[in-house]
Amino acid sequence: MSDWNMLTLVGADRPGIVARVTRALFACGCHLGEASMIRLGGNFTIMLMVRAEQPSAQVLETLHPVVAELGLRMHMDPVTGGLHRHLAPNLQVRVHGADRAGIVADVTEVLAALGFNILELESDVAGDADRPVYIMNIQGYCERTLEEVRAAMAALSDRHVCVDVAPIEILIG
Amino acid sequence: MAILEILTLPDPRLKQVSEPVVTFDAELRAFVADLEETRLAGPAAVGIAAPQVGRFQRILIVDVSGRPKTPNHGHLILVNPEITHWEGFAIGREGCLSVPDYTGNVIRATGIRLKAQDLDGASHEFDMEGFEARAVQHELDHLDGLLFVDRVVSRRTDLYRRKVYKT
Repeated sequence: MSDWNMLTLVGADRPGIVARVTRALFACGCHLGEASMIRLGGNFTIMLMVRAEQPSAQVLETLHPVVAELGLRMHMDPVTGGLHRHLAPNLQVRVHGADRAGIVADVTEVLAALGFNILELESDVAGDADRPVYIMNIQGYCERTLEEVRAAMAALSDRHVCVDVAPIEILIG
Repeated sequence: MAILEILTLPDPRLKQVSEPVVTFDAELRAFVADLEETRLAGPAAVGIAAPQVGRFQRILIVDVSGRPKTPNHGHLILVNPEITHWEGFAIGREGCLSVPDYTGNVIRATGIRLKAQDLDGASHEFDMEGFEARAVQHELDHLDGLLFVDRVVSRRTDLYRRKVYKT
């Protein structure tokens, strides 16, 4: 049984959110694990592993005034898993094309059929409002060969999506 | 021969700048043999630097010859190495014997010219590219008290659309 919780905070971005929230967590005896914060569409978003020495209801109660003042939505769930569970990616998939609905589903369905485990995914809409361009970068692990993954992805070029598959070679030194 | 203890983060000795080698003798050779044994005992490292085992001298071992389709100069023992020319840049993922359970993206030159001495003190010059050039840059950083975590860039940093043109 894991003693970690996943804390999620979402709201309008402004400077100082991480400092205020993590100070409040520290003050109530919490330890932090892995975290990922990113600005999405002007919103502040963070997912943060939190291990508390007190019941999570009490942590939420302590955080509540801080979070309310910052105008954030908060969510906390117990999770399984823990630290030191990293998996190393061996393939990178870069995708770009004129933005349209369904690109992510098209690409990731092909990957899923190959048993590709997505470890990281970031996407952005670039270009401008009249000509939006969808750009996505996926890193993951797949036991199929590079050629097999490339061949499977080639079918997507008919749907006006450029997909590039490249190996990720991790240098250990 | 012996497997030496590898210093790991946050050991402050990893920040120490290493001194040039001035004596090329049997003791140096014996140390390099131990350093190589230590490299091979770990998780598939393509290189190791003397300060990683607590000897603060400018000595590296790099060997990327075991990797398929990778241009390389074979097994290299590089004493007092110095990069004299850099070109291009690329992001690649790195890990380190001194930083267990972590990998990160680092920008490195894609091509380098390297001057180094061998175990007899003779000077050599190498033109290196790709993975081998990256390995040498990673190891050489150790001699200057730098780890790849000092150079990690965000996962969102992506250089793949940018090219560096040679003039």
